[in-house]
Amino acid sequence: MHDVDAELAAFATRAVRAGQVSDGATGAHATPIYQSSTFLLGSVERGSQLFAGEEAGDVYSRVGNPTVRAAEEKLAALEGTEAAIAFGSGMGAIAALFLSTLRQGDEVVYLGPLYGGTRGLLHDLLPRFGVSARAVDDDQLAAAIGPATRLIYGESPTDPTMAIHDLEHIATVARTHGVLSAVDNTFATPYLSRPAELGIDAVVHSATKYLGGHGDLLAGFVAGSSNLLAEVRGEGLRHIGSVLDPHAAFLLLRGMRTLHLRMPTHCHNARAVAQALRETPGVSKVHYPGFADHPRHDVAARQMRDFGGMVAVEFAGGRQAAGRFLDSLTLIDHAVSLGDVASLACVPAASTHQLLPAEARREAGIADGLVRLSLGVEDPDDLVADVVNAARHAAEVAAQPI
Amino acid sequence: MSDDAANDRASSGDSIPGDAGDDGTGDDGADVERRTEGAFATRAVRAGHSPDAQTGAHAPPIYQTASFLLRSVEHGSRLRADDPARDTYSRAGNPTVREAEAKLAALEGTAEAVAFASGMGAITALFLSVLRQGDEVLTLGPIYSDTRAVLWELLPAFGITARRVEASELDSAIASNTRLIYVETPSNPTLAIIDLAAVAGAARRHGLLTAADNTFASPYLTRPAEHGIEFVVHSATKYLGGHGDLLAGFVTGNGDELERVRSVGLRLGGASLEPHAAFLLMRGMRTLHLRMAAHCRNAGAVARALETAPGVSRVHYPGLEDHSGHDVATRQMSDFGGMVAVDFAGGRASATRFVERLELFDHAVSLGDVCSLACVSSTTTHASVPPEERARDGITDGLVRLSVGVEDEADLVADVLAAAAAAA
Repeated sequence: MHDVDAELAAFATRAVRAGQVSDGATGAHATPIYQSSTFLLGSVERGSQLFAGEEAGDVYSRVGNPTVRAAEEKLAALEGTEAAIAFGSGMGAIAALFLSTLRQGDEVVYLGPLYGGTRGLLHDLLPRFGVSARAVDDDQLAAAIGPATRLIYGESPTDPTMAIHDLEHIATVARTHGVLSAVDNTFATPYLSRPAELGIDAVVHSATKYLGGHGDLLAGFVAGSSNLLAEVRGEGLRHIGSVLDPHAAFLLLRGMRTLHLRMPTHCHNARAVAQALRETPGVSKVHYPGFADHPRHDVAARQMRDFGGMVAVEFAGGRQAAGRFLDSLTLIDHAVSLGDVASLACVPAASTHQLLPAEARREAGIADGLVRLSLGVEDPDDLVADVVNAARHAAEVAAQPI
Repeated sequence: MSDDAANDRASSGDSIPGDAGDDGTGDDGADVERRTEGAFATRAVRAGHSPDAQTGAHAPPIYQTASFLLRSVEHGSRLRADDPARDTYSRAGNPTVREAEAKLAALEGTAEAVAFASGMGAITALFLSVLRQGDEVLTLGPIYSDTRAVLWELLPAFGITARRVEASELDSAIASNTRLIYVETPSNPTLAIIDLAAVAGAARRHGLLTAADNTFASPYLTRPAEHGIEFVVHSATKYLGGHGDLLAGFVTGNGDELERVRSVGLRLGGASLEPHAAFLLMRGMRTLHLRMAAHCRNAGAVARALETAPGVSRVHYPGLEDHSGHDVATRQMSDFGGMVAVDFAGGRASATRFVERLELFDHAVSLGDVCSLACVSSTTTHASVPPEERARDGITDGLVRLSVGVEDEADLVADVLAAAAAAA
């Protein structure tokens, strides 16, 4: 029986301590930044053994670096997986996963919507290499698996509509049909949800977001079993080369140590903002998994500890109203990205998802005027006041015909 | 930084704080001031960066940021539509990284460069951007083992094949599905030399793309684009960074295809260069001309000293007259580089004694460091290459690869001679 408090305490302790390596030679407490491309091999015999994989030790930072490894171990400890691999960006992680596990003739079945870059990989790049991708609805997932299907992929909550997918269901279907499952856990973070514990094979992250937490680095992770990750590291990281810089790894480590402190505040602020917006005139819809009338609120409640720091809002005045809203914000910054201690807002149809065909945006439910809010850790009253004020300005834009 | 200053692309070197020089449109698309005037040394020091207009700070600020403010929804949407890679998110574009790109392009004499988190990041991004299922890549001569693995192990899973051919049979080897000719010169580790103009000529005759890995030469010694090569790739981890403390890569060139390398290879492959690393990389590039001159001087001295050392069966160095590529190297390189490969008659045992006896060369892989490095290729960097292929390329069990640094020339010569004596 899970004692939630003990679980939380363990998480907090792991966040602070897992992976950290104090320096043996000097006693320095913080993990040193091994800003080095290469490593002494010792004797020629030892060098040979290192390269043959017969002895553990670093040889070159593209394939292994102590500071980067500390971040990998911390993320694995937080996700509850055997291993994790760090990358220079979330897309680096996702590309590495795809390119190391797929081959020509394979099919990826995914639950949408997806982040624009991931969709670009699946629909623009991989088809040139004989890999196809198909979006399906959750309730059609099992029926959609065919002989060529190799991977089931999804995000939960999704970017930017806060859709929720049932992770246990994905894992069960994947296992039953002998295909890989992968979930992008960026929006939830392991603090709210640990997909591997629900049976998902690979967990990917844009660590740029909540894990780093301060909007000042790019990084990515793939977490999963040692076997799967050996493949991803050997083919994906080594060959595709999206390495994580040691200095960025240090900043990432630093950010991850307060994940358990930041996430509760992000969640609290998002809930306050979502509720305030729902009651504001001119707002036609608020997407937030914490609302009882969210299509899969019950699944979210089951598989997430809280409902996250992200809220999406649509205005009756459409794109123009969205623009007025953003222009009227005085505290929240108009910028892409998310998971920053500072609150951010953008219009995905004009930014993160602009390169999607309009039809694809429509199918994904990404309205032209949908605003994505990443609520930071500022004071909740300040944030509510800012969004309510800005929403009032947005309401002055006449309602658009549907 | 204000939005105006953030969009300032044309600030002159003499700008004073507050003089943003912005043309006001925000999407002028002009490149970062490249300072392409001046000889190589001047460009190495100055190209790519102008002192910060807002603060006057002389050294490049490190834009340690994931994201950028958008002035309005339309501004953000227009940036993405006009130039999907500009200043909205650091994976696709970051000011510090862009300065490093501008500096490299100025040194290579090319129009644009795209930076990556590693050399393999650059190389694989190039492949993913320009190739598709059914395409073939031709390679000439030996290439780096991980590049080889991408071409012969990773890409075939996606229907892309690779074939190695001799330079003399290049024209006749080209097939209907050949898309790209890929070369390294000097190659790793035996410093084989490829005639870039000849490759470019064959490619032009058949309408193919060409790419050259210019890591070992650096633009100080060779500028492949000047010989007609379309794409130049770098492991900037090596001579460009120069201090063994960062990983980075570049793809540079003049053609339209380069934009695809950014919008597809970088944006979707995600091997973006970290801003702090870009800062260190730029810092390194500013002394490329000083370091390369010293690397070449020292390597030449080490090569000539080892040529006559007991127990040495062969020294590979493009500057030696008996090197197979000496004539082409003389034509295509302004000096012969900092890398030397030494073949010991006593095989692996001798090579081992040599490496372990060296005091000024650290036993480590990588190269292009101010600090001298040495490794036995067959047990490290090329351990994964099949033995018959190693043999074909002269990578014997007794081959030691030396990356000669910028320490004192006499010290280095004394060190290698003492180690060779112990190895004989």
